[in-house]
Amino acid sequence: MKKFDKERLLLGAAGPAIALVVAVLLTSVVLLASGKSPFEPYAIMLEQAGFADIQVLILNAAAGYYIAALAVAVGFRMNLFNIGVEGQYRLAAMVTAVVGAKVALPGALQLPLLVLVAALTGAFWAGIAGLLKVTRGVSEVVSTIMLNSIATAVIGYFTLPKVFGVQQGNNKTTGEMHDSGWFPNLDLGPAGELYGFVFVAVALGIAYWVVLNRTRFGFDLRATGASESAAAASGVNAKRMVLTAMLLSGAVAGLAGLPTLLNDTHTYSLSFPTSLGFTAIGIALLGRGGPVGIAFASLLWAFLDKASAELDYRGYDTEIAVIMQGLIVIAVVVSYEAVGRWGLRRQQQRVGKELAAGHVLGKTGAPGTSGETGTSGDNNDKEVAAR
Amino acid sequence: MHALCGENGAGKSTLMKILYGMQKPDEGTIAVDGQQVAFASPGDAIARGIGMVHQHFMLADNLTVLENVVLGSEKLHGIGAKARAKIVELSERYGLGVRPDALVENLGVADRQRVEILKVLYRGATTLILDEPTAVLVPQEVDALFDNLRELKAEGLSVIFISHKLGEVLSVADEITVIRRGTTVGTVVPADTTAKQLAELMVGSELPTPETAESTVTDRPVIEVRNLKLLGEGGRALLDDISFTIHEGEVLGLAGVEGNGQTELIDALIGLKGADSGTLRMATGEVGSAGEAAGEPEEITSWPTRRRREQGIGYIPEDRHRHGLLLESPLWENRILGHVTERPNSKGFWLDLKSAQADTRRIVEEYDVRTPGIDVTAASLSGGNQQKLIVGREMSHKPRFLIAAHPTRGVDVGAQAQIWDQIREARREGLAVLLISADLDELIGLSDTLRVIYRGRLVADADPADITPEELGSAMTGAASGHLEHPADESGAAEDRPSGETGDQPEKTEEAAAPEDEAR
Amino acid sequence: MSTAPALDKRPAAASAPGRRRVTLPVLLLIIAGVLALTSLVRIVTGADGITNVSQMSTALKLAVPIGMAGLGGLWAERSGVINIGLEGMLILGTWFGAWAGYQWGPWIGVLAGIAGGALGGLLHAIVTVTFNVNHIVSGVAINILALGVTRYVSAFAFEGVPQGTSKQSPPVESLGQFSVPVLSDGLETINDKGWFLASDIAGLLGGLVTNMSPLTLLALALVPASWWILWRTSFGLRLRSCGENPTAAESLGVNVYKYKYLAVIISGGLAGLGGAFLSIVANPFYLEGQTGGRGYIGLAAMIFGNWMPGGLALGAGLFGYTDSLKLRGGTENVHALLLLIAILVLIGAIWLVLRKKYVGAVIAVAVSALVFAWYATTKEVPTQVVTATPYVVTLLVLSLSAQRLRMPRANGKPYRRG
Repeated sequence: MKKFDKERLLLGAAGPAIALVVAVLLTSVVLLASGKSPFEPYAIMLEQAGFADIQVLILNAAAGYYIAALAVAVGFRMNLFNIGVEGQYRLAAMVTAVVGAKVALPGALQLPLLVLVAALTGAFWAGIAGLLKVTRGVSEVVSTIMLNSIATAVIGYFTLPKVFGVQQGNNKTTGEMHDSGWFPNLDLGPAGELYGFVFVAVALGIAYWVVLNRTRFGFDLRATGASESAAAASGVNAKRMVLTAMLLSGAVAGLAGLPTLLNDTHTYSLSFPTSLGFTAIGIALLGRGGPVGIAFASLLWAFLDKASAELDYRGYDTEIAVIMQGLIVIAVVVSYEAVGRWGLRRQQQRVGKELAAGHVLGKTGAPGTSGETGTSGDNNDKEVAAR
Repeated sequence: MHALCGENGAGKSTLMKILYGMQKPDEGTIAVDGQQVAFASPGDAIARGIGMVHQHFMLADNLTVLENVVLGSEKLHGIGAKARAKIVELSERYGLGVRPDALVENLGVADRQRVEILKVLYRGATTLILDEPTAVLVPQEVDALFDNLRELKAEGLSVIFISHKLGEVLSVADEITVIRRGTTVGTVVPADTTAKQLAELMVGSELPTPETAESTVTDRPVIEVRNLKLLGEGGRALLDDISFTIHEGEVLGLAGVEGNGQTELIDALIGLKGADSGTLRMATGEVGSAGEAAGEPEEITSWPTRRRREQGIGYIPEDRHRHGLLLESPLWENRILGHVTERPNSKGFWLDLKSAQADTRRIVEEYDVRTPGIDVTAASLSGGNQQKLIVGREMSHKPRFLIAAHPTRGVDVGAQAQIWDQIREARREGLAVLLISADLDELIGLSDTLRVIYRGRLVADADPADITPEELGSAMTGAASGHLEHPADESGAAEDRPSGETGDQPEKTEEAAAPEDEAR
Repeated sequence: MSTAPALDKRPAAASAPGRRRVTLPVLLLIIAGVLALTSLVRIVTGADGITNVSQMSTALKLAVPIGMAGLGGLWAERSGVINIGLEGMLILGTWFGAWAGYQWGPWIGVLAGIAGGALGGLLHAIVTVTFNVNHIVSGVAINILALGVTRYVSAFAFEGVPQGTSKQSPPVESLGQFSVPVLSDGLETINDKGWFLASDIAGLLGGLVTNMSPLTLLALALVPASWWILWRTSFGLRLRSCGENPTAAESLGVNVYKYKYLAVIISGGLAGLGGAFLSIVANPFYLEGQTGGRGYIGLAAMIFGNWMPGGLALGAGLFGYTDSLKLRGGTENVHALLLLIAILVLIGAIWLVLRKKYVGAVIAVAVSALVFAWYATTKEVPTQVVTATPYVVTLLVLSLSAQRLRMPRANGKPYRRG
């Protein structure tokens, strides 16, 4: 029924909206407390967002965020916490850079090869955690955290000059990649160059939505996230699902470093951007695991990142953006929970009312027997992070 | 010792919750020792000397008995030696045999119950409320429990005992109050009451009882279980030597006290647990196809759950919230659940949302699911409507074999009758049903054949045409075995009758193993 | 037929408790055995560094923040709240510790660090207990927030102050150090002799009595203190009951919310203490990124220790030790430890053979052989191997023992009253 759909949409938007308002208010309090204007920074940042070059920067940054957040979201949708996106994307970027520097095929083959290498590396690294969980019962939270640190060491080793590294001044790099492996950029004139990978990110988002909502596999994955026991009874092989989801999440994570690598740096070095994977967790939470929500969230995040740079020149501290990001995440998780619960209660009441009023889909219009109403998921042992 | 008696859902537990301060009454008064009281929380009830032994134990597994007992009442005797001495003293005085330093995790059900009783006594309770204390116990344990209770009575304590088992109530209580649908229908003294009179009081006469019309049992087997064995942790057999056959158009009713292997049997049939030995065979293909054409049932022992469900096993789960529904998903997604690989839900790899939603609308109408639409979450429906949706979903895939576990539990009377009708109708069309229920009337009324499961074994069988709930109830406690009453020749499963020995029943369930361990 | 089941059951009943607990004497024996082996390896390889007094002293210093974070995790998880926000609370501890420390002295700094961490704990409690948000989600959010807040306020608090930058605080005065007079020197002498076993034990003990900060002592004392409070007081009993079965606890009149709040706040305070240790004792200043994921490692140490203070201390010690190898001649010392690992794995293989698990045994022998080959064919290992060692060890330990670990039953589950 339409009415319910509209309300769902409204509720879906209410969560992040409330969170944003709360986060802005709290940030203003912080600004006030530090003796600054509580409003001007927003004005400056919004003004920045009006410039074409900043917009391109935001889009470029959002591409990586988006892909990484999708990787996190794949796990979230079935209650798997892949904290290891960080390690997966960095390792994948490094391996891809090495392959890109050592192998020179024509562009039509080189690019698919590099993308494949990145995805496989990410999947391999996440697969270790998946395998440990399935076979040995090791919590993926702990194992992916460990794997992040191990990835750092592995990267450190591979970038040694005696292994694959190339020393460039103070920086250890993996050497320049062959230009057949450079992903084409879209030249926008004075506004700068838009990463071609932005379009890949969009395509990934669409694929994510299609797989999740329109395929049997996606249904099984979501069912597992909503209720593990019900999914098992419905015929989902839980272990295989965990492993598949982990591999998939890792493969997507492996691509997260590619916008920077293939469109910009063309080499992996010590200055390659880090902590994308942790940021992505926040973005995935903010976007509630949906492809559109995540897109907005990554744009917001990239906006805060890029537009805040100007603040330094105007007597503010760019770090205010970091505070805001943190506050947004906290506010979001709380408001989703609160709004979600409220919405569910409200729906139950409305269903009761509609039934009492005789609006029944079935043939009998008689007032329904109210009976005991199913309790709101208290039976679920696990709360779903981002539904 | 006062017993409170009534059918499932008659309001016994609600009454007790009010007495224990867990719920507040809308009207009426409670008096303790002639004094009118109002309890805002369990704490108030405890202070008045009322203690409750819950049906589902309130114990922390990873804490010791001592810790569980003193928790919340540390002020009484501390948590050290004094408390231990007090526990030992209480345990000896009432013959409870509780070891204060054992981990609760390592205790069996009967021991846990004694810990619960001790918990109440430790707090100085003078009135004990026991909510369905025998539901999880085997007969010897029940006897031991009653001995304990008599001991308590002798010491001057009052016991309120909630049960729906007539035999027990009559044997142990001094006075019995029967409630039905939330009101008291009478108070009787066991000495001048028979079980039959009590049963009439409990059930009343207006309740619908399911009745099967003419038999539709055929000789075409749909599901054949042979020597099924399932081992639990530590090598104990949870299911042992289970064999039965269900034919087209046959409802096989499985009676048994909960926890005697029913859940495990369902898991083994649906494929959630692999059998340790034995075989499962199922006839696949069209319902009603001639026996010769359908050929021999196929062996499905190694099939995963999904394949079994695709090939025609329908499942109405025991706990629909945990196993049958995605509570926070819309109804049409719940319609897909369990049948995601089948039409109309999907075409090949892709979901077919349009047909799934259209079919959900059809189910809602045909099965009279009262809902304003198919986009509301499953959680917002009442229990009965949730169950109707599940029944409709399972029936829509033309199952050959339906596992119906407590299909009418927690369902209002109207929905109950509908669900019974649907099962009967499907049976007429050649469905084979395994019916598991705690409601003996339902079992007797719907089934063509009855089996009794006890400690993971099928110990007895009966013909529903000539057996009473009381007789069946006594078989469920292991008191009777083999064929009950007169031999039933139309029973298709007669050849699978278990050997019927009870003398050397090995300890089967986890619960059952514990008391012996202790004795050793 | 009638006797068979009884026979079946006996081993099951006997093995059940044995599987759960390793008794103290057995544990001590294992530790002694490993120590003796280590000593042997030291003598064979000549890598005296592996049980050096200063090595041990450094290890202890590095273990303290990890141990405090782990202890914080223990308190929270015993009450049923997963605390992955330990990292954030550690960060808050470092910042507040240094901020208050450079202005009003180190002890005030310690208190401020504890308060800062506790503040993070309070936030985590509000979000997880009151709002019932998924614990891991909340923890991750707190980590992000703590990082942001400290970075922002550093710009105000430390920039423009002498010796301070936006990323680093001015130096904090030392809390002082002490060595137990005679004992310290004596142990060091024995350690220098290079005797079998005696010198190694001396090194281990020497690390405990040489150049110790009072804060280290406090941290060490907190381990048994936590055990005592959690397992020997009614407060601890109530707290643990909330992590095992909150419904039962509530039915007995325990205010579950209150205990969860307290536990998580204490948890944050302990992590804050660990942070203050980092920015006052380990380094005399706050530095951005100083915690380096120690909060997560603390969590791993706690899991490694099976949610018990003693095991946790052992885990933290192991991490601290491998961490210290990174700082002091790690490449050679880790190389020497390769031999130790090869021997240990071989022993494991023998044990597996005795348990009739031949497949595992063959794998173990192969691993042992590979490690030995590595040892024999190289002179030192790359530093990256040293860096990764603690994490690999954790992963290995978890994958070998995860099924035997026993976390609080209701850990991480949302709880709502009523």
